[in-house]
Amino acid sequence: MSNLLGHYNYWIVIILMMTGFYTVIARPNLIKKVIGLFIFQTSVFILFISMAKIEGGSAPIIAEGISVYSNPLPHVLILTAIVVSLATTALGLALVVRIREAYGTTNEDEIHVQDEQD
Amino acid sequence: MEHFIDIVLLGLLMITGFAIVRMRSLLAVAMLTSIYSLLSASLFMVLDAVDVALTEAAIGAGISTILMLATIALTTDREKAPRHTPLLPLVVVFTTGAALIYGTLDMPHYGDPDAPVHRRMAAAYLHDTPEEIGVPNVVTSVLASYRGYDTLGEVTVIFTAGIGVLALLGYRTRRRNIQSPAIKKLVVLRVIAKLFLPLILLFALYILFHGDYGPGGGFQAGVIFATGFILYALAFGLGNAQRLIPQRLLHVLAAAGVLIYAAVGIEGMLLGGKFLEYRVLADDPVTGQHLGIMLIELGVGITVAAVMLIIYFGFVSRQHSGDS
Amino acid sequence: MLLANLPALQVVIPLVSAPLCLLLRNPRHAWAWATLVSTMVLAVAVMLAQRVYAEGTISYAIGAWATPWGIEYRIDMAGALMILVIAAIGAVIMPYARRSIRHEIARKHITLFYTCYLLCLTGLLGIVVTGDAFNLFVFLEISSLSSYVLISLGSTRRALTAAFQYLVMGTIGATFILIGVGLLYMMTGTLNMTDLAERLPAVTDTRTIRVAFAFVTVGVSIKLALFPLHIWLPNAYTFAPSVVSAFMAATATKAGMYVLLRFFFTVFGNQFSFTAMHAGEILMLLAVAAILVASLVSVFENNVKRMLAYSSVAQIGYTILGISLASTAGVTAGMIHMVNHALIKGALFLALGCVFLRLGSVTLKDMHGLARHMPWTMAAFVAGGLSLIGMPLTAGFISKWYLVSAVLAAGYWPLAVLVLVSSLLALIYIWRVVEAAYFNAPDAAMHKVKEAPASMLIPAWLLIGVNFYVGIDASLIVSMAQQAADALIGAALQ
Repeated sequence: MSNLLGHYNYWIVIILMMTGFYTVIARPNLIKKVIGLFIFQTSVFILFISMAKIEGGSAPIIAEGISVYSNPLPHVLILTAIVVSLATTALGLALVVRIREAYGTTNEDEIHVQDEQD
Repeated sequence: MEHFIDIVLLGLLMITGFAIVRMRSLLAVAMLTSIYSLLSASLFMVLDAVDVALTEAAIGAGISTILMLATIALTTDREKAPRHTPLLPLVVVFTTGAALIYGTLDMPHYGDPDAPVHRRMAAAYLHDTPEEIGVPNVVTSVLASYRGYDTLGEVTVIFTAGIGVLALLGYRTRRRNIQSPAIKKLVVLRVIAKLFLPLILLFALYILFHGDYGPGGGFQAGVIFATGFILYALAFGLGNAQRLIPQRLLHVLAAAGVLIYAAVGIEGMLLGGKFLEYRVLADDPVTGQHLGIMLIELGVGITVAAVMLIIYFGFVSRQHSGDS
Repeated sequence: MLLANLPALQVVIPLVSAPLCLLLRNPRHAWAWATLVSTMVLAVAVMLAQRVYAEGTISYAIGAWATPWGIEYRIDMAGALMILVIAAIGAVIMPYARRSIRHEIARKHITLFYTCYLLCLTGLLGIVVTGDAFNLFVFLEISSLSSYVLISLGSTRRALTAAFQYLVMGTIGATFILIGVGLLYMMTGTLNMTDLAERLPAVTDTRTIRVAFAFVTVGVSIKLALFPLHIWLPNAYTFAPSVVSAFMAATATKAGMYVLLRFFFTVFGNQFSFTAMHAGEILMLLAVAAILVASLVSVFENNVKRMLAYSSVAQIGYTILGISLASTAGVTAGMIHMVNHALIKGALFLALGCVFLRLGSVTLKDMHGLARHMPWTMAAFVAGGLSLIGMPLTAGFISKWYLVSAVLAAGYWPLAVLVLVSSLLALIYIWRVVEAAYFNAPDAAMHKVKEAPASMLIPAWLLIGVNFYVGIDASLIVSMAQQAADALIGAALQ
C-alpha cells in the first residue's frame, strides 16, 4: 500500500504534465498553446516540490521546537522556474497579440494557409 | 488529514486540467488556468513550500491571468476545432508520460526522510544557516546568499521579459483618460481601490522586508506592489495611472533593480572578495550577509514591480490604441 | 582584483551593460555602447582562454561558498574555446550591425535591439562557463528569451510566427532539461556538475537516471536543432534580421552542442552515455539523417537565407557525427567543426546581409547579375561557400579532414562517403547562387545597386580572412580542440 501511495503523488502530477504538454502540441489556437505551456510548467513545479516534502516535516523556516524540515533547495529552484515561466508566458502572449494584428487570426492552421500564399 | 487534502487537491487539479484542454471558450479557459494556479498554490502549502505558494499565487493566479485576459480581449475568445487528427500528439504525449512514470519507479518514496536528496545539501543549508547567515527562512538564505547568482539570473530573465514586451507591444501614453463607462459608474470600485491601494503597497513592503523571517522576498513583494497600481489603473483609468508613473521612470526603475543587485556583487569584488560575497560587506560576516540580502531583495523588488507594470501597460495600452 | 575575478566578469560585464543600454536614448549611443561592451567581453575571453591554456581548468566559487553549496564557475579548455568563439563573433558583428540594423529595424526599437543583444550575449556566455546544472538552465533561458525577441524584430510578419514557434519549441526543450536536472537532483542530492559526476556512478543503474538522461538529451537536441527537432531553425534564421541570423547561426546552436558535450561526458560520463544508453548509435543515425535531408532541401531552396539555414542543420549534423563517435578524434573533429562553422556561417550570413541592404531581397531570381554591382560582397560569399564545401586552404577543409579521419579510424567508411556526397550537394547549392549572381543577366533595376558599405564589408571579410588563415595554419585551433576533447573524455575516465 505504501508503495502505491509512495508513488501515486508523482503519477498524478505526471498526468497533469502530459495534459499541459498535449494542449501545447495538439491545439492550433496560439493562446491555448501558451496556456498549455503554462500548465505543463506548473505541473513540473508540483513534481519538484513533491520531491522536497518530508513526511512529518514543516516549512523550512527555522523555529523553536521543530526538528524536521522539508528540503529548501527545490523550493529555491522552483521560485526561479516560476519567474522564468512568467517571462515565457508574457513574451508568448505579446507575440500572439502582434500575430493577431498582422494575420487577423490566432489559429495556427489559418496562419499556415496565409503564409503559403505569401 | 494531510494526505486527504493532498488527494483532493490533486483530484481537483486533474479535473481542471482536463477541462482546460476540452473547453472552447478561451475566457473560461483563462479562468480555469487561474483556478489551476490557485490549486497548485494550495498544494504547495500542504507540501510545506510556503514561499513557493506565495509566489505561485501572486504570479500564476495573479499576473499571468491578467495577461491572458488582456490577450483574449485583444484577440478572439473562441477556439476553432483543430484540422488535423491528434494522433501524432497523442503518441508523443503517451510516450513521454510513460517514460516519466517508468522513471519514477526507482525514485524514493514520496515523503521519505532518508532519500539522498535530503542528505547532501539540504541538511547543510538547514544546519549552517543560523550561524553563517542568521536568517530563519532557509529558503531566503539559499535563494539570496548561497545560490544568489541564480537569483541574479532570475532578475535578468524578468528584465528580458520586460524588454521583450516593450519591443513587441510598445507603450502608448494616453493623454485622454480612456475608461469604460461601465466601470466609471462603479463607485464602490473606486472607493475600495482608493482605500486598498496604500494597504496593498504597505503589504508589499512588509513582504519584502519580512522575507527573512517568514514567506516572502523580493519577487512576491514586487508583484504585489505592481498589483496595487494595476488596481488603480482598473478603477481610475489607464491615462491617470500612466500619469502617475511615467514610462521613463519605469525604464529607470527596471534597470536600477538589476544594477543594484549587480552592484552588491561588484562591491564584494572591490572589497577583496569574490563576486556576490556578502561576508566582506561589513565588519561582522553575519551583518554582511544581512546587508547583502536586504540590498539584493530590494533590487529584485524594484525591477519586478517596474517590469510587471511595463508589461501590464504594454498589453492594455495596445487595446486602447485599437479604438478609433 | 581584476584578474582573479575574470571568470565572473566574463558574464557580469555584459549583464550589467544591458540595463545601462536601456537607459540610452540615442540609437547611435546604444550601438556604440554595445560595440564597446563586445570588445571588453572579447578581451576578457582572450585573457581567460590564455590562462586555461597555460594552467588548466579554472574554478571560481561565486559568493565564496564552497562547492557544491554555492554555484561554481568552471572553465576547462572546451569552455575556453566556446567563450572565444562567442565573444569573437559578437565583437566582429557589432561594427557590421550599425548600418544593417538601421536599415532593417524601426528607429524606436534600435535601443531595445542592442539591449536584447547584450542579454543574449550574457546568456550564451553564462551557459558555457558555469559548473552548476541549474545555473545552466537559468542562463539558457536568458539566451533563449532574448533570442525570441531578437528574431521577432525581423521586417516581415513571418518573423513573429517564427519567433512564436521557436518560443514554444524552445520552452518545451528547456522544460525537458529542467525535468532531467530535477530527476538527477532527486537521485544524487546535488546540482554541481563535478559533484554529479562523482555521485552518479552509484545510481546509474536506476530507471530514474536513464529517464533523466533521455529528457536532458531530447531537451538539448531541441536547442541545438538536431534532426528531427530542427523545425524551428529554418524559419527563425530566414525571417530574423540579418545580424541576428548571423549571430545565432554562429553561436546559439554551438552553445547547445556544448551543453550536450557537458552532460554526456562530464556529468553522465563516457561509459554510461555511450555504452549503456547507446547514445552514440542514436546520435549517429540522426546526424546522418540531418546531413542528407538538410543538404537535399538546401539544393531546392530559392531563398538564399533559407538555403543557408538548412545548410546549418546539415553542418550541425557533421558536429554531432563527430561527437557520436565518442573517441578523442571524433570529439576533436566535432569541436574543430563547431569553431569553423561559426566562422563560415557567420561570414555567409554577413555577406547575405549586405545583399539584403542593397536589394531588399535574398531570393535567387532577384540576385541575377549581382556580382558586377557588388563584387566584394559576392566574392565574400563565394569564399565562404568554398569553405562550406570544404575546398583545401579553407577552414571547412580542415574540419572535414579531421571528421573523415575520425570516422575512418572508428571503422565507418560508408560515413566518410556520406561526408563527401554531402560536400557535393553543398557544391550544387553554392553553385546555384554563383550562377545567379555571376552568370545570369541582370534586371533593369539592378543598375542602381551599389556595393555594400565598408563598415559591413570589413567584418565579413575579417571572418573570411580567418577562414583562410585556419585553412592554411590550423595548428592553434586543432591543439585547443584536442585539449578540449582530452579534458572532456579524460575527465569522464577518472
